[in-house]
Amino acid sequence: MSAVLVIFYVLAGLAVLGAVTLILQSHPIHSALSLILVMVSLAGLYLLMGAEFVAAVQIIVYGGAVMVLFVFVIMLLNAGEEEHTSFSKLARFAGIPLALALAGMIAAAIARSSAHLPAPAMSGALTSTKRLSMLLFSEFVYPFELTSFLILVAIVGAIVLAQREGN
Amino acid sequence: MSDFLSQYAFILIPIVKVVILVFLVLTVDAYLTLLERKVIAHIQARWGPYRVGPHGLLQPLADGVKFILKEDPLPQGVDKKAYFFAPFLTLMLSLTSLAVIPFGPDITIFGHKTYLGVADVNISLLVLFAITALSVYGVALAGWGSNNKYSLLGGLRSSAQMISYELAMTLSVVGVLLMAGTFSLKQIVEMQHTGNLGILGWNLFGFSRDGFGFTQIIGCVCFFIAAIAETNRIPFDLPEAESELVAGYHTEYASMKFAMFFIGEYTAMITVSCLSTILFFGGWLSPFPATWTFTHYLPSVLLIPIGLWVFFDGIRYETIFGRIILPAIGTALTVIGVVLARFPAINEPIQGPFWFLLKVFAVLFFYIWMRGTLPRFRYDQLMDFGWKFLLPLSIANVVITSAYLIWRMNG
Amino acid sequence: MVPTNYYLILSAILFGLGVLAFVFKRNIITIFMSIELMLNAVNLAFVAFSQARGQSDGEVFVLFVIVVAAAEAAVGLGIIILTARNRRSLNVERVDLLKL
Repeated sequence: MSAVLVIFYVLAGLAVLGAVTLILQSHPIHSALSLILVMVSLAGLYLLMGAEFVAAVQIIVYGGAVMVLFVFVIMLLNAGEEEHTSFSKLARFAGIPLALALAGMIAAAIARSSAHLPAPAMSGALTSTKRLSMLLFSEFVYPFELTSFLILVAIVGAIVLAQREGN
Repeated sequence: MSDFLSQYAFILIPIVKVVILVFLVLTVDAYLTLLERKVIAHIQARWGPYRVGPHGLLQPLADGVKFILKEDPLPQGVDKKAYFFAPFLTLMLSLTSLAVIPFGPDITIFGHKTYLGVADVNISLLVLFAITALSVYGVALAGWGSNNKYSLLGGLRSSAQMISYELAMTLSVVGVLLMAGTFSLKQIVEMQHTGNLGILGWNLFGFSRDGFGFTQIIGCVCFFIAAIAETNRIPFDLPEAESELVAGYHTEYASMKFAMFFIGEYTAMITVSCLSTILFFGGWLSPFPATWTFTHYLPSVLLIPIGLWVFFDGIRYETIFGRIILPAIGTALTVIGVVLARFPAINEPIQGPFWFLLKVFAVLFFYIWMRGTLPRFRYDQLMDFGWKFLLPLSIANVVITSAYLIWRMNG
Repeated sequence: MVPTNYYLILSAILFGLGVLAFVFKRNIITIFMSIELMLNAVNLAFVAFSQARGQSDGEVFVLFVIVVAAAEAAVGLGIIILTARNRRSLNVERVDLLKL
């Protein structure tokens, strides 16, 4: 039971705990907090794998900007607790076990088929940032420019959507 | 016993460092509040705390006792998870961000070479920015969980301000990163070490690495202004100002929870000052060229006169308690100064942290000076300034620095 | 060392939980958050494979996924704000007619 494996189990447990809490909470703000927990533990897993820049970008962009946007919208819209509408009995009693069985089947299939892949290395010869940036600006420069265009479109769209009526 | 120690040294040493660091930082926090009140008072031509101990030195202790003994009310209708989590999150993030800051060069204690900070990661700057990004949640959740419309408004305004200025703060550092080529704070400081240029090698002036450096004055100014907005200090503290919003997002917090916000804010101030000294003012490097070894006696030259002055001022103090304590402090300072001058073996490791602490306190004094002199921004002026002036200025800094570096690289 | 399939199983579990949340929750913002959870699970799989092969292509893709998720969150939340203003409710079961 090496230290790396222990850390992996702790972080993976936190991530699954966050995801389960997201489903079980009734107020959307608590679900948002659980999702932030999931993202931070996933960033820890990226760090464990040696992808340090991706871990930092995950926390800064995903956890520090996108989720802040979610939290703002929940606070502004004053989203209340979820109402209880009636479920069909079949959905409640058969749905969750079936979903778990599906997930278990997928997990077992993955476990059987990918056991031969090598374990993730902790760090390569070049730092992760350097490798990433060399790839990003040589092979992937066209998608990179496209994503900047996509962000511009999203900004314009958000501004148009947020305008008041008759403006 | 020593087998056990050396086997688990990789866990025990950071634990010891964490304990020392937390103890030191909390003490510095407490006396930083006293320093702030004294400096602002002297700017306003009065004395500040004077009665609690000699020259008000026990005032932080009195504040601490007040925080512990005050009633801790629980307002009705608060969202318990958010209300109790927010101050804890603020304090936890502020204290965690101190783990990656190097306070000096690698030193050798008892034959063991160790990093003078808690964690030596090679992405320490990114870790700091990630923690700053997460600290928005402390403010937003505090504002929302308080079941109070002024708190909600203050919390939303404050978190919107924090995420706006976070962009400018992150971009203003990119010039330094271009010159250093690494995210590691230790290596950024070592990059500014030129051997015989001293102060000119600092990133502020940028004569490091045989000319492969550009002055980062614009970056420094942008970073400092953005950092003041990040830590919600005057002139950017409209969301928590007393006359505007009844103390904003921490209205409904009292005693211990407010103390957590308070300590979190001052620790964030300390972290940002440490970060700006490391990035722009040379970290633990002395401003004098390294060949001038006689400047290594500067700590003693400073400590001995100050110790003697405190001693002679204390002897004639009003209260009896002051007449005992102040001369004791004075003699302690003088003795430390003499010891440093006599024993170079102790003087050498002190140099790095001495210059680092001197610069951090200079930046903190500047912070407090700004609080005492400037009025506060209105909220729309604040957001305008962040998005329409500071962000383009940081981007311009990146463009100019990279243009210069490319021109330099291509001969 | 942690074998790659541990990360992939975790990614599958998170994705499954995201699908569960998407199907069973009634608040539109929570459903949106479950989409983000699914995207995160996919990011984990990308990074695991990228590190296993020793190449950085997967990490570049993760950056793109994060960027696209951010853009989608911005526009999606704008739409949600408008819909909530018009219908005064965040419950998706009330949005079941073509007319308001």
